[in-house]
Amino acid sequence: MKRILSNFAMAATGAALLAAPAFAAPAAAPAPFVPTADMVNKGDVAWMMVSTAFVLLMSVPALALFYGGLVRAKNMLSVLMQVLTIVCVAALVWFGWGYSMAFTSTGTPFPTLFGGLDKAFLKGVSVTSLAATFSNGVYLPELVFVMFQMTFACITPALIVGAFAERVKFTSLIIFVVAWMTLAYFPIAHMVWYWAGPDFLHAAPTDMGLLWGWGALDFAGGTVVHINAGVAGLIGCLIIGPRIGYKKEPMPPHSLVMTMIGASLLWIGWFGFNAGSALESNAFAALAFVNTFVATAAAGAAWAIIEQIAHKKPSLLGGVSGVVAGLVAITPAAGFAHPGTAIILGAVASLVCYFFVTTVKNKLGYDDSLDVFGIHAVGGIVGAIGTGIVADPALGGQGWIDYTAPVAKAGVFDLAGQVTTQIYAVGVTVVWTSVVSAALFLILKYTLGLRPDAEAETNGLDISEHGERAYN
Amino acid sequence: MKFIIAIIKPFKLDSVRDALSEIGIAGLTVTEVKGYGRQKGQTEIYRGAEYSTNMLPKVKLEIAASDDIAAQVVETIQQTANTGAIGDGKIFVLDLASATRIRTGESGETAL
Repeated sequence: MKRILSNFAMAATGAALLAAPAFAAPAAAPAPFVPTADMVNKGDVAWMMVSTAFVLLMSVPALALFYGGLVRAKNMLSVLMQVLTIVCVAALVWFGWGYSMAFTSTGTPFPTLFGGLDKAFLKGVSVTSLAATFSNGVYLPELVFVMFQMTFACITPALIVGAFAERVKFTSLIIFVVAWMTLAYFPIAHMVWYWAGPDFLHAAPTDMGLLWGWGALDFAGGTVVHINAGVAGLIGCLIIGPRIGYKKEPMPPHSLVMTMIGASLLWIGWFGFNAGSALESNAFAALAFVNTFVATAAAGAAWAIIEQIAHKKPSLLGGVSGVVAGLVAITPAAGFAHPGTAIILGAVASLVCYFFVTTVKNKLGYDDSLDVFGIHAVGGIVGAIGTGIVADPALGGQGWIDYTAPVAKAGVFDLAGQVTTQIYAVGVTVVWTSVVSAALFLILKYTLGLRPDAEAETNGLDISEHGERAYN
Repeated sequence: MKFIIAIIKPFKLDSVRDALSEIGIAGLTVTEVKGYGRQKGQTEIYRGAEYSTNMLPKVKLEIAASDDIAAQVVETIQQTANTGAIGDGKIFVLDLASATRIRTGESGETAL
């Protein structure tokens, strides 16, 4: 989503405020732009609905199987049930107030941080309402945009559960998810992705989320989805504490076969996630598609190579970990990078994540069971900052587009400035989600409790929390 | 009668069975087992988490043989299952007090 912003927008803010009274004078104001049904392209609609289904595939079954294979057999169903239920609950919350909080800027005291409730329960969203894309005069039915974004809201909280898998109380987790989406996901999605649209921004140059306004580039959700979920996971596993027996008894994955199936389906679904984020069925979607392919391939190969060197045995778990690290890292850069720099970005992210999960995590000793922080947050940060480099037109990137003019045009790219902006955006995301997550986990820990008792945990969450077994 | 228990490497099972058939052993019992000896275990690594498994998979053969061919059975297993590497396994021989064929009720060496 989210191709760009104008660094000029902030400078334009003052001028716009001064000019505001002029809007009251009919003679001075141009006729307001009104999108019409003939600006909707059926090819775009078809592509976006297919992409939407692909992104749902990433949560169920892909993420569920990827995570499920990595836990012990006695906790298999608990992970599947957590992911499935989070997807269901998140979809309902998105319908209820999520879409309105993320993608409107009215009825709120802080329109750059989060939206109000004017579109709660999809009020005013109908078969005739339209949503902007990244091109002047090109629109999607708003229902398509609502649904596409809904799948992102479904997968992000589901990613978190891997950090404290095998030891979380189910009801507390679901309550956490509803609160966390409201206080962390919707505001960050709003800050990074909300803007008035290419036909409106020049007339309303301050109507945008905070980080979009800074000029932060995040094509498909490196900050909103991966850093956000990865950091929340880390906070969660620190507050919940390690599994009973962590580092004392072996906890090998119970089925790397399922993990392989899940990771492969994630890769497929990610084409909808990244290429769909172009919002149109065009060359930018194709660019995101290619980059999602080659960056991931490079990342999977890089992890296998480093394991061949370090252990003389390239493992399947290593290969799929590299694949996921590459997918995460290319997410913010998918529509900006040249495939050549995408390959480098994927390989670098893979090696950084390898070092993090094999060395740094063991030194620090926390139990991020399925490496949600080590792969999603670390890979996401490498990708988010790397996006500021690979987007540079001098390196074959797409640069950013200046939407402050009535017809969008290419902006002037400043590499150092862009990287700095990316770092600021990462910083805001990390701080915001850390504070919200810590507050919510601590409140739940001292009220409902976050962990089942030791006997329930030892017996496995499948029996103790869900009353069934995966394998009979 | 002798009761012979042999612990061997799993991949040697087929060749040991063929060699025993050639010297007239008509039946044996096979169990997949785990254990350890001088070979120690092996290391598994999952994203940097190292688990050393100190039990290794082996195959246990149980053979009842008449006294006159028991020594030949032991020799055949020893030669066939031998790779020269550590972890090739062991052969134990016990005296067998009786043997009974369930279908006919025969006992002694005729039941073997």
